[in-house]
Amino acid sequence: MTTSESQRICLEGLSKSFPSPDGRVQAVRALDVTIDRGETVALLGPNGAGKSTTIDMLLGLLKPDAGTVSVFGRSPSQAIAAGAVGAMLQSGSLIRDLSVRELVSMVAALYPTPLPVDELLELTGVAALADRRTQKLSGGETQRVRFAIALAPDPELLVLDEPTAAMDVEGRRTFWASMRDLTARGKTILFATHYLEEADTYADRAVLMARGRVVADGPTTEIKATVGFRTIRATLPLVDTMELERLSGVTSAERHGDAVALRCSDSDAAIRALLTEYDEARDIEIRGGGLEDAFIALTADEEAEAGADVFGDSSVELADRGRLA
Amino acid sequence: MSAIGMRGARAGLRSGAAVYARYELLRTFRNRRFFFLSLGFPVVLYFLIAAPQRSTHNLAGSGISAPLYYMIGLVGFGAMGAMLSSGARIAAERSVGWNRQLRLTPLSPRMYFRVKVLTGYLTACVSIVVLYLCGAALGVSIPAGRWLSMTGLILISLLPFAAIGILVGHLVTADSVGPAIGGLISLFAFIGGTWFPITGHGFLHDIGQLVPSYWLVRASHIAITGSSGWGSKGWIVMAAWTVFAAAAAARAYRRDTGRV
Repeated sequence: MTTSESQRICLEGLSKSFPSPDGRVQAVRALDVTIDRGETVALLGPNGAGKSTTIDMLLGLLKPDAGTVSVFGRSPSQAIAAGAVGAMLQSGSLIRDLSVRELVSMVAALYPTPLPVDELLELTGVAALADRRTQKLSGGETQRVRFAIALAPDPELLVLDEPTAAMDVEGRRTFWASMRDLTARGKTILFATHYLEEADTYADRAVLMARGRVVADGPTTEIKATVGFRTIRATLPLVDTMELERLSGVTSAERHGDAVALRCSDSDAAIRALLTEYDEARDIEIRGGGLEDAFIALTADEEAEAGADVFGDSSVELADRGRLA
Repeated sequence: MSAIGMRGARAGLRSGAAVYARYELLRTFRNRRFFFLSLGFPVVLYFLIAAPQRSTHNLAGSGISAPLYYMIGLVGFGAMGAMLSSGARIAAERSVGWNRQLRLTPLSPRMYFRVKVLTGYLTACVSIVVLYLCGAALGVSIPAGRWLSMTGLILISLLPFAAIGILVGHLVTADSVGPAIGGLISLFAFIGGTWFPITGHGFLHDIGQLVPSYWLVRASHIAITGSSGWGSKGWIVMAAWTVFAAAAAARAYRRDTGRV
């Protein structure tokens, strides 16, 4: 084992397909992702993108058809046996007839070097519920107890599959506050989420998935910059959108009545060109793209490409579809 | 990791599994609905049937008292029910994804099943003891030697039911596990002769000898005759059921953990 391997998580060439009534569905296709120790990475993607399948393979719950998983230089099961991995799976609840404290103690006892139970309850904000039976918890409280269970091994890697899905706004806030404590302790965190805002705010890096592939991977700021085109809106009647698309820095133009919307790869160049060529443009607005825009752009491109694959069309058609999307 | 460290970790896991088993038992004995249904039903049945006939000392000319006859029948029935239902509770754990959560701990599948079987045995033991006490309350008394060998053989007879319960727990959903186990218990009780004695020959007698509940009932006959009459046939049937049900349960477990 090289030092670098022991310092990161490597998913290499991971593929997984499942049988379905319409033939085999390829859930994950030749996925490569590397996560360094101490990173907080968000895994984003629409439903069916392959996020949960990827997480299941990372945790060793699912055997990949092809590819390898290495967690700090070990196999998933070795890492789990060593107590190096904690996870909160997507769906799931708690077994009944134990108090919160008893349930957390029961799981913690299985790990070689668990966090003290009191600390776990405190950290996840369930200390006040310690003596309550698990079947009497609300959905948000259940999630927090599941979080405590994920932290029980004092893991180096924490994996969370849509952790805040069942939480209300307040629950979500406390959850991310305790997450920040953990990041400060140098934990490596991978979380899948539907909330782009969460990825934007809490992750160092985002991995965007669509149809089983990684469509973007990088610091959230970088993803926004590369694909999160800025948009220029202006009132500009009587100009053909084809003309506008020729302006430098503009990738596509749309017309809505008198208004036009220009998606720009370089909004600085585009605004200069626009004002030089069309000084009648009024009510100009430049809007920065959020991660959400990047997300839509990237996954839409992927959809268009997949559509083209199906119809076996030429690259010209593909380019058209890309522009329409 | 050094050899000593390895040994330390293994010892740690063993004690960890002990803590895990303790809470698993605690939670089983706390589930009143489960506990009273699996323990209470045979008791209620016993008093309903046996109490009115408590002074019948020669049931249908067999020379056996009614309280003793129904007690040994229901001991097997109650223990079998407790064992099957314990394993079947896995269905509820699966429905909340708990089995997947446990796979993210160092607890091995082997240890997980051991704890399940242990829990089933303890529940069954409580059921057995309670029925002995009920029998004693109606004046049943059995020589200590017979009592011991009967209990021992009943406990051995429960092994196939442990495997069958775990199998069912992996095959059905939490919604259907109640009817599935209820039906299975009734079927085993009926074919095995728990409720009606199977004597002589005929179809039910031939089929009966192939199910584990038949031999479970025979085990409790030690109380009456001093011998179970298991012979090699009894041991083979019981061993075969245990091995096949355990293999099927292992297969169902692997299939279930493939993808949820």
